[in-house]
Amino acid sequence: MDSSHGKMKIIYDRNEDIFLENTDYRNGLRDGVAVALGYFAVAFTFGMASVANGLGILQAVLISLTNVTSAGQFSGLEIIATNGSYIEIALTQLIINLRYSLMSFSLAQKLEQGRQGWHRYLMAYSVTDEIFALDANFDGSLSPAYHYGITSVAVPGWVFGTLAGAVSGNILPSFAISALGIAIYGMFLAIIIPPARENHIILLVVLSAMGLSFLFSVLPVLKNITSGFVIIITTVSIAGIAAWLKPIEDEIE
Amino acid sequence: MKHNIYIYILVMAGVTYLIRMLPLVLLKKKITSRYIKSFLYYVPYACLAAMTFPAILHSTANIYSALAGLIVAVIAAYRGRSLLTVALLACAAVFIVERIL
Repeated sequence: MDSSHGKMKIIYDRNEDIFLENTDYRNGLRDGVAVALGYFAVAFTFGMASVANGLGILQAVLISLTNVTSAGQFSGLEIIATNGSYIEIALTQLIINLRYSLMSFSLAQKLEQGRQGWHRYLMAYSVTDEIFALDANFDGSLSPAYHYGITSVAVPGWVFGTLAGAVSGNILPSFAISALGIAIYGMFLAIIIPPARENHIILLVVLSAMGLSFLFSVLPVLKNITSGFVIIITTVSIAGIAAWLKPIEDEIE
Repeated sequence: MKHNIYIYILVMAGVTYLIRMLPLVLLKKKITSRYIKSFLYYVPYACLAAMTFPAILHSTANIYSALAGLIVAVIAAYRGRSLLTVALLACAAVFIVERIL
């Protein structure tokens, strides 16, 4: 009995890693549903806007599949519609999407050091505001399987939302688009509020970041700064000040 | 001259991918600086908060339904509801308020 028990334990140990990765992947699928819902609504409007600006249905879908970014795609569409230069479209993408490099920088530290290099190339495809939010919320070192799980639901939501919007602007009634538009923000709040409740420093960080980005949206001159830059400036300054005033204890990763 | 749509798409996708990929691939080493570790610890909270507010106020058809959704989401999140539950409750609040107004 003892030996067979020992054998079972060895088999279990050998499969433990795969088992955990499956769980991470499934958790990613589950959490990705909220992202996919919000994506569908936004992508739907992108699909409609693309066709209205003279793009083909498949071209709109191709943009969504290869870019996976809302603000970047809308601004790109504007440049395409006005026949702007390739340099112009490249610079606009750089400015609007630069915040992703900050998120990738944060995720690079959250990944295990020994992870195979190719995961980093693959994961980079779907570093978006929403997927980053979930990744950052992952307990402990980030598991690539979790990131892929979210991606497997969220990106289809994005791509099929674009397709549906491009095929017909009237499938989804406007009240549904309006209600789904808030889904992403509800999810963000669900991520930041519970830790802010437990930790006063995080609460202060959250409130100051909201206050600062609000100031950027109402003050003259400042309100002309694009939203991508406002996010970068706010994040760097608030996280920078918090780290200076209240550095974390070494045991917290 | 009319530009090629597929070159536009290629440029957009290429730039966006590089922005995401370079920090992930180039910064493999664990950072030991306590300041940078603390900075990165606070980044997600500052970043998500800045993305949420005030943008959430313009995410629906009018500001009243958005405020209702915001309040419901804050309460549900405070009570520790799951991500999907909070998101759906916010959507429901927006839907109901827009029916009433």
